[in-house]
Amino acid sequence: MMRGRLVTLLLAATLVAGAGLASEPGDPERGAAVFGQCKTCHQIGDGAKNRIGPQLNGVFDRKAGAVDGFRYSKSLKRAAADGLVWSAKTLDAYIENPKALVSKTRMNFRGMKDPQERADLLAYLRRFSDDPANIPEASPTATGTDHDLDPAILALQGDPEYGEYLASECLTCHQTSGANDGIPGITRWPAEDFVVAMHAYKKKLRPHPVMQMMAGRLSDEEIAALAAYFKDLE
Amino acid sequence: MTLNRRVFIGTGAAATFTLGAPALRAAGHGKPRVVVIGGGAGGATAARYIAKDSKGEIDVTLVEPSRMYYTCFFSNLYLGGFKEIGDLGHSYGPLAAQGINVVHDWATGVDRAAKTVSLAGGAVLPYDKLILSPGIDFVEGAVAGWDVSAQNTMPHAFKGGSQTELLKAQLVRMPQGGTFAMVAPPNPFRCPPGPYERVSMVAHYLKANNPTAKIIIADPKDKFSKQSLFQEGWADRYAGMVDWIGSDFGGGNVSVDPAAMTLTIDGEETKVNVCNVIPAMKAGRIAQIAGVTEGDWAPINAADMASRADADVYVLGDAAEQGDMPKSGFAANSQAKVCANAVRGALTGSKVFPAKFSNTCWSLIDTDNGVKVGATYEATPDKIAKVDGFISATGESAELRKATYEESEGWYKGITGDMFGA
Repeated sequence: MMRGRLVTLLLAATLVAGAGLASEPGDPERGAAVFGQCKTCHQIGDGAKNRIGPQLNGVFDRKAGAVDGFRYSKSLKRAAADGLVWSAKTLDAYIENPKALVSKTRMNFRGMKDPQERADLLAYLRRFSDDPANIPEASPTATGTDHDLDPAILALQGDPEYGEYLASECLTCHQTSGANDGIPGITRWPAEDFVVAMHAYKKKLRPHPVMQMMAGRLSDEEIAALAAYFKDLE
Repeated sequence: MTLNRRVFIGTGAAATFTLGAPALRAAGHGKPRVVVIGGGAGGATAARYIAKDSKGEIDVTLVEPSRMYYTCFFSNLYLGGFKEIGDLGHSYGPLAAQGINVVHDWATGVDRAAKTVSLAGGAVLPYDKLILSPGIDFVEGAVAGWDVSAQNTMPHAFKGGSQTELLKAQLVRMPQGGTFAMVAPPNPFRCPPGPYERVSMVAHYLKANNPTAKIIIADPKDKFSKQSLFQEGWADRYAGMVDWIGSDFGGGNVSVDPAAMTLTIDGEETKVNVCNVIPAMKAGRIAQIAGVTEGDWAPINAADMASRADADVYVLGDAAEQGDMPKSGFAANSQAKVCANAVRGALTGSKVFPAKFSNTCWSLIDTDNGVKVGATYEATPDKIAKVDGFISATGESAELRKATYEESEGWYKGITGDMFGA
């Protein structure tokens, strides 16, 4: 138990440290405008093709250097071989200063200093990546999950069997396939992000009325149970 | 056969001390048997969850006369031209593939003493637990001049499928400047916003194809679900087309003449081109045959959806007296999961968790203009009682209304997937 506690505290510390990235969640509409800076080299959306840079559909959760038919720099190939995967965190760092993450990348971009602008851009790019979870704040999109949730709540170990029963209520709307059709997919959502999000609905920090209502009557243990169930749902 | 826990507890006296599980068995049969009557949002979901979660420990039979299930929810969107009829049809094949014995037949009798269900085809099905989810039937004589023999002239279109298609065909054939009439039902009835969403969808169709046509609604109620939202939408999008006549203006005093195609409201006769008669409703007939109804509906224990008349019979969805819950597909699906958990616990000793219910009803007013209402519920000794709720507001932004509509599309995929499995 001591050990679990320590890990949680460390996680919380990391989250606090990362929380200064952007003051608010990214706005995809503003991000669409920001993407104007990228358009000379990158395409995204239906029929997007590789140009000077690779097409960006499905970039989230993709291994770096993995778009078919694109000639990557040696530097980027090496980073890919070392295990670089594009998540919100790595993309954020890359866009902030490409050469700081991949030293000799061919991406000739001076970098984007404003964290909010990057968050907006990532929110826009996120629209063109489906799985695994389509909640804007979920991994791999998640920027610093800014929250002040009691570590004791985060440390709760949920009962997946109870979670399965409770989850049946979620599955009336959220598809088990994880598909995102007007209602986001919530499968394979990391437990911690799930718990943070549900408590944010419960406290009415997140705006959606249905989710506020659904989360509003769930106990801390029930939220933990749901998180335990959904994180492994394939 | 391997010696597992099920076999062990299935033998004689051993059953009496397993975690309070009665573990009743139909005589001479190894597995406990559940028969589900009605393959809609309640029955299909219950059958699927019991089969899925018991992992083959329970023998599940679903009795449903139709080969395809046409959802009544979203059928208004078909009337409005937002869906094809094929979009609303769902095969029972996936349920069969998940191990459920799907029997396409009518249940005609229930012998609660012998614990058997008899089918029109002659078969007799024994059960340990029976789940009734038959939906609705109509109260005879509810609308003067109308009975089921007139439904081909004046359709109700409140059961999905052929009736929905008929109403659409009549709508399309309406002469320019004609009149579409609706006789709305009294409370309680299936899908409280349904008639008014239908008016919106009919208006949407007419605005594009028959803009001088009129819609009149004779309503025995003085108010209805999402009233301010619908009335705002009608005034905004379909100005001058919709005339709602509530009980204050005689909307409850109606008769129809299907041969003459007339509707008489409070003594005033009107010639109409389409007449959508939605009569007062009651529990599907098999609930009455089973003897679990009181008045028009079947009272239940909210904790597990068991009939108050018989602990081995459960009633789901529209047929049940649901307390504060509205009669909706969402509600039936929600109740089915509570029931499935309780039934499985009773038959196999699996853990039974507390009942939680929820409902959300989306309605479409016009293109990209969706609204919703919803609530959560809990089981009390008296009824299914409301905990919390919300409703869309008038004057919402176009962006929010569009997102709400898109949500309803997501929900449709979610619930039909949840009912039938992928």
